[in-house]
Amino acid sequence: MGGLNPMTVTVNTEARTDDFTDLYDLGAPIADTKAPDVDVTKRWDTRRFEAKLVNPANRRKLKVIIVGTGLAGASAAATLGEAGYQVTSFCYQDSPRRAHSIAAQGGINAAKNYRNDGDSIYRLFYDTVKGGDFRSRESNVYRLAQVSVEIIDQCVAQGVPFAREYGGLLDNRSFGGVQVSRTFYARGQTGQQLLLGAYQALERQVAAGTVVNHTRHEMLEVIVADGRARGVIVRDMVTGEIETHFADAVVLATGGYGNVFFLSTNAMGCNVTANWRAHRKGAYFGNPCYTQIHPTCIPVSGDYQSKLTLMSESLRNDGRIWVPKKAGDDRPASQIPEEDRDYYLERQYPSFGNLVPRDIASRAAKYVCDEGRGVGPGGLGVYLDFADAITRLGRDTVEAKYGNLFDMYAQITGENPYETPMRIYPAVHYTMGGLWVDYDLQSSITGLFVTGEANFSDHGANRLGASALMQGLADGYFVLPYTLANYLADGPFDAIDETHPAAVEAKKQVTDRIEKLLSVNGTRTVDSFHRELGNIMWEYCGMARSEGGLLKAIELIRELRTEFWRNVKVTGVNEDLNQTLERAGRVADFIDLGELMCIDALHRRESCGGHFRVESQTEDGEALRHDDEFAYVAAWEFGGDGGKPILHKEALIYQNVEMKQRSYK
Amino acid sequence: MKITVRVWRQANPSAEGKMVAYDLDHVSEHMSFLEMLDVLNERLTLEGEEPIAFDSDCREGICGMCGLVINGLAHGPERTTTCQLHMRSFKDGDVIDIEPWRSSSFPVVKDLVVDRGAFDRIIAAGGYISAPTGSAPEANNLPVPKADADHAFEAATCIGCGACVAACPNGSAMLFTAAKITHLGLLPQGQPERTSRVIGMVEQHDAEGFGNCTNIGECTAACPKGIPLDTISRLNRDLLGALAKGKA
Repeated sequence: MGGLNPMTVTVNTEARTDDFTDLYDLGAPIADTKAPDVDVTKRWDTRRFEAKLVNPANRRKLKVIIVGTGLAGASAAATLGEAGYQVTSFCYQDSPRRAHSIAAQGGINAAKNYRNDGDSIYRLFYDTVKGGDFRSRESNVYRLAQVSVEIIDQCVAQGVPFAREYGGLLDNRSFGGVQVSRTFYARGQTGQQLLLGAYQALERQVAAGTVVNHTRHEMLEVIVADGRARGVIVRDMVTGEIETHFADAVVLATGGYGNVFFLSTNAMGCNVTANWRAHRKGAYFGNPCYTQIHPTCIPVSGDYQSKLTLMSESLRNDGRIWVPKKAGDDRPASQIPEEDRDYYLERQYPSFGNLVPRDIASRAAKYVCDEGRGVGPGGLGVYLDFADAITRLGRDTVEAKYGNLFDMYAQITGENPYETPMRIYPAVHYTMGGLWVDYDLQSSITGLFVTGEANFSDHGANRLGASALMQGLADGYFVLPYTLANYLADGPFDAIDETHPAAVEAKKQVTDRIEKLLSVNGTRTVDSFHRELGNIMWEYCGMARSEGGLLKAIELIRELRTEFWRNVKVTGVNEDLNQTLERAGRVADFIDLGELMCIDALHRRESCGGHFRVESQTEDGEALRHDDEFAYVAAWEFGGDGGKPILHKEALIYQNVEMKQRSYK
Repeated sequence: MKITVRVWRQANPSAEGKMVAYDLDHVSEHMSFLEMLDVLNERLTLEGEEPIAFDSDCREGICGMCGLVINGLAHGPERTTTCQLHMRSFKDGDVIDIEPWRSSSFPVVKDLVVDRGAFDRIIAAGGYISAPTGSAPEANNLPVPKADADHAFEAATCIGCGACVAACPNGSAMLFTAAKITHLGLLPQGQPERTSRVIGMVEQHDAEGFGNCTNIGECTAACPKGIPLDTISRLNRDLLGALAKGKA
């Protein structure tokens, strides 16, 4: 029962040289045993050949549950349904088409080399390993690059309307600072178009009777019976009915956990509950502290703010970022003369200027705002100025390139970016961490597979632009159908029903927790707890993390947990559409996840990718990795309520890409 | 600013609904419309009253989950989704009526939440191209004229919110259906199933109880993505062609 026995141990917040063993225990090392021990270029072929097959006639006897209908979930459900398995899928939205993959703007990478500009599977592999700051697995990343080319073929065949050139062939663009043009896109709505392709394929299977989709259903527990994941407990969000569903395997395609920060670019409903419930039942959580913060989002306008909106990074190609030189300078931008402006990225990083990587741009914005030089309400913003671009290129050209983004900005802020500079601020955007999986995408619970953003596998400590869509579809269309079949080949497993002790226990866990949430009847709203958690996470486990800050955060989170279970107010009843109850369960799990994220960030005394520890930087203030100590995946085992999490290290071995420190000076 | 909202409250599908008025002080013009409702809901919760149920998810205008009839207009006075509407579109002292999508094919679940499952069933009746995973030819084997690809993309931007239905005096979902017919029908990949697609989707559309199109155009006026009315002409042409071929 999450949070019923909150830890009351006080955290020692003095400067520490020890391994924080008061906060976690060290467990046995782990390793991925599924990737064949052959050259990286041959691993996937070898694994596919070795994988067991399931006779088509036997497939209809095998049941698969898939939770989530984003790119990773819908693509898997469509493909497995089509292959003849009995698929049951769930989503919390009112339609599978609404999953948050739909909001991805930029594009999807694939090593097609249509531009003849030197791209290859190997280069995409290399860029992704390097971009992940050497904290991802070579095997998984190579496979991702390999299947990337098939994804584009598949999506085009489904009718995804990618951008095209006048000759009718597919267009590409360069994205995220890479030197080749390998990104396929559908204007600024690539995620939408890819998701609708997968959704339509899913609905085709619904019509064919191979997939049953349950909308407005939320997974609240996984059933682990006799050592295997055999089903889930879900709540019908309209009637409140607690349902038990069984299968031979369970797939979680439940997305990321950025909403632990309350404000993020995620959808309102995105949550960690499915993953966290699985974690509590034995699935290790990989690298929870790796989060990606995107530098170009629209700043917060007030304390009623419910979410943040991202604007494409492409704006940094022509916009110049600046703040006033003097703290507290509250003149309007137009009245601040050139000599009083600090174009801080151009000053600090003369060769990359405004195009430095996401994490560097984000951190630099935080620093200038911490100095009191931020602009806009609350001083949490920096200017992104197009005045020079308009002078140089003309307003029409700027409008042609960025018109839709300017319109979006104007709609949200009520300001005209052609006349006054835009204000931007970083926001949480993606979580690289997630449930630990092996090469087969199987978690540490046998029969529980995890795909897309929900797993930790392919992006290391930092994800490259246009790689999230690639990974979601790679997992669902081309990886899981093989690896899951290999697992299912040993099935069908022994019949199981609602009387099995594991099913009874899981259902009781769900109903007890709901009852507990409804019975507190305190004086604070669920959202007020979520906001407070978000503030703690943003302040201490956001763009820059320090030992003292993280220790403090852990203490604050523990106090918040106690206060939550003592004083939360959840109105209404279970047997109804009850959005407060839905949110309460999610926030309770976010609180527990938040603590684990801080412990993970604390133990990793290095800076890598999106994880910046202030104690670990070069003389120039750049992130400094410690490959000798930290070249591993941190896979956390749940240690019980009131117990300590257990750290299992999976060593990362680079046989193909040489480990280097990056430099953008 | 101070405003009054009059909100449709309905406990469940079979309960009788009614408009309930709430006064709000201190509404910021920078708030989004849904954030204004969030603030109201926080207050109702603390007062021990059930908060108002409404749908929203991405809150950036792309998922299609939100949708309210505001002062009689689907998604309110601006041509955008409800989540992208801001309070600066209103003024101090305004009385704002907030209702769910009105259509017998979108039954009310609770308060402002409706069931749009009919849209999924229309897609399942043919709104796809059958392309089994793994069977796709090399993507550039099939050039698509840029004009067709762009036109298809425009139709494909439909977010399935249902504003077209809510705005239509006939409660028709023709614009939604036609957007998919147009998207897939313009592409070479979509040709083999073009006939069966239009027949299947239109049959399902009718079976769901949506009304017919009488060319009023309220749908396209309310559509936050600007799906044009000529998609319905294309649907009708495809349908007539399919019926003439005797494939009904």
